[in-house]
Amino acid sequence: MKYESVIGLEVHVELKTKTKIFCGCSTEFGAQPNTHVCPVCLGLPGSMPVLNKEVLHYAVKAGLALHCDILPFSKFDRKNYYYPDLPKNFQTSQYDLPICLNGYIDIEVGGKTRRVHLTRIHMEEDAGKLVHSGASIDTSDTTFVDYNRTGVPLLEIVSEPDLRSGEEARAYLEKLRSIMQYLGVSDCRMEEGSMRCDANISVRPVGSDKLGTKTEIKNINSFSGVQKGIEYEAVRQAQILDEGGTIQQATRGWEEAKGITVLQRVKEGDADYRYFPEPDLIPIEVSKEYIEKVRAELPEMPDARRQRFQDELGLPEYDANLLTLEKQTADYFEDVVKEGIDAKTASNWMLGEFAKKLNEEGVTADQAPVRPAALAGLLKLIAKGTISGKIAKKVLPEMWSSGKSADDVVKEQGLVQITDTGAIEEIVKSVIAANPQSVADYKAGKKKAIGFLVGQVMKQTKGRANPGVVNQLLTKNLE
Amino acid sequence: MKISAEEIKKIALLSRLNIEDDQIEEVGKQLNDILAYMDLLNQVDITDVAPTAHAVSMRNVMRDDVPQPSLSNEKALSNAPEPENGYFKVPKVIQD
Repeated sequence: MKYESVIGLEVHVELKTKTKIFCGCSTEFGAQPNTHVCPVCLGLPGSMPVLNKEVLHYAVKAGLALHCDILPFSKFDRKNYYYPDLPKNFQTSQYDLPICLNGYIDIEVGGKTRRVHLTRIHMEEDAGKLVHSGASIDTSDTTFVDYNRTGVPLLEIVSEPDLRSGEEARAYLEKLRSIMQYLGVSDCRMEEGSMRCDANISVRPVGSDKLGTKTEIKNINSFSGVQKGIEYEAVRQAQILDEGGTIQQATRGWEEAKGITVLQRVKEGDADYRYFPEPDLIPIEVSKEYIEKVRAELPEMPDARRQRFQDELGLPEYDANLLTLEKQTADYFEDVVKEGIDAKTASNWMLGEFAKKLNEEGVTADQAPVRPAALAGLLKLIAKGTISGKIAKKVLPEMWSSGKSADDVVKEQGLVQITDTGAIEEIVKSVIAANPQSVADYKAGKKKAIGFLVGQVMKQTKGRANPGVVNQLLTKNLE
Repeated sequence: MKISAEEIKKIALLSRLNIEDDQIEEVGKQLNDILAYMDLLNQVDITDVAPTAHAVSMRNVMRDDVPQPSLSNEKALSNAPEPENGYFKVPKVIQD
């Protein structure tokens, strides 16, 4: 039978505030264990939490950017469960009156735009970090707890089950990250845990509108993992149904290295968290004036920027899409264009050689040692005909590692393009004389043979001849 | 309203309380008394009353996003029975 997947995502995003959600402890990453803790986040008796203004600000900002309804009255609740990553034995979260309801994210998959609806967004605190002694959790007999992360502010963003494939889930997450980065409310680095995702997935026969039994995939820590985990789970569930089996409602862990999901625990009904209103925190009222003030702060969002890149800079949709996905890339690109570089040329380089370098080094555009003005300098040398595009591809890594300008690299290494056509023609003639077979092939109608001859000329000039000129001179001398 | 032995066991588990089988009848009786008392409240007509979110009528008590000193590691761990290498040490746990 043919099945379709029904997927909803719960995404946790760590907010970039300076301090924790209910106390003044620093949120800085990488500190010595248990040094960013105080009586409030350790849950010591008598301590009182107070909401960080900036958390509400970021939550409203994110909610507006995601087209949510901001609730005029909101409150915190205690979610009770026992686990040592929670020193209070409850997590302060929001239950029936979250800060945001509804909303949506538009995603583009396979050239089509799909609207994915949101259920809600709420504010909550992060839990601590558990470190298991021993080689693995099975062999350790004790657990170490670091409460530095306890109380770091999170937004939990819950989608409706509107997604239909792993590819869509990935596009949704990437779009969400992009929006959060544009807003400046979160870094959304999945690998570092500042963005985390749990996926709920069930399958059903195509055409059915009944929901199947779902499983929840946890422990996903990369964008490709989201897609692959969901795809794996969809196939696994479909196989079970085809064999006449039934899906067991359960939590499954994604094992990135093996590319599989494994059973973690079987769910029997909803966990009993016994939510109740947090008496230590005062409810929140959000005025219309406040909402409008925050709305006025919203920057240009990725969709609008993509449209502008198409309309004003004349870029193809494909380029505009890739360039605007990460804010850092889009900012960098605009800075290059401001230096007077043609937009499509800048785009080709950004998405080609420059992107390749970023991937190799594992950095984002804002961290690249070659700054926008320096890349523009390189592209200007091509435009002026000082070097060919091919040579420029060799100059870029040199600039990257040495920090030198394109001008300096080209001068020091003698890479200036040979523009003296007389000198090139000399070489063309010698190459023709030395390769009678290719010349005969060419004359016999094998026009492709010219490619080999061009290659020979380029080799002799160490790539410094203009390939267009070489082609022209070869054709002329062969006729 | 009668609370069952099953419900008592579940509540005991959620509260991490150890209740022996021979205590269930006694605890059940006490819980039933409390529930009967709560039932009395259910007789009040609250049709037009909004749910109480908080006992005090204050709103929007918040602080600025400005770091304050944290506790020293020694102080943070001073109540811990078995601190080790700056961590709180607890028996091995696996989420269930």
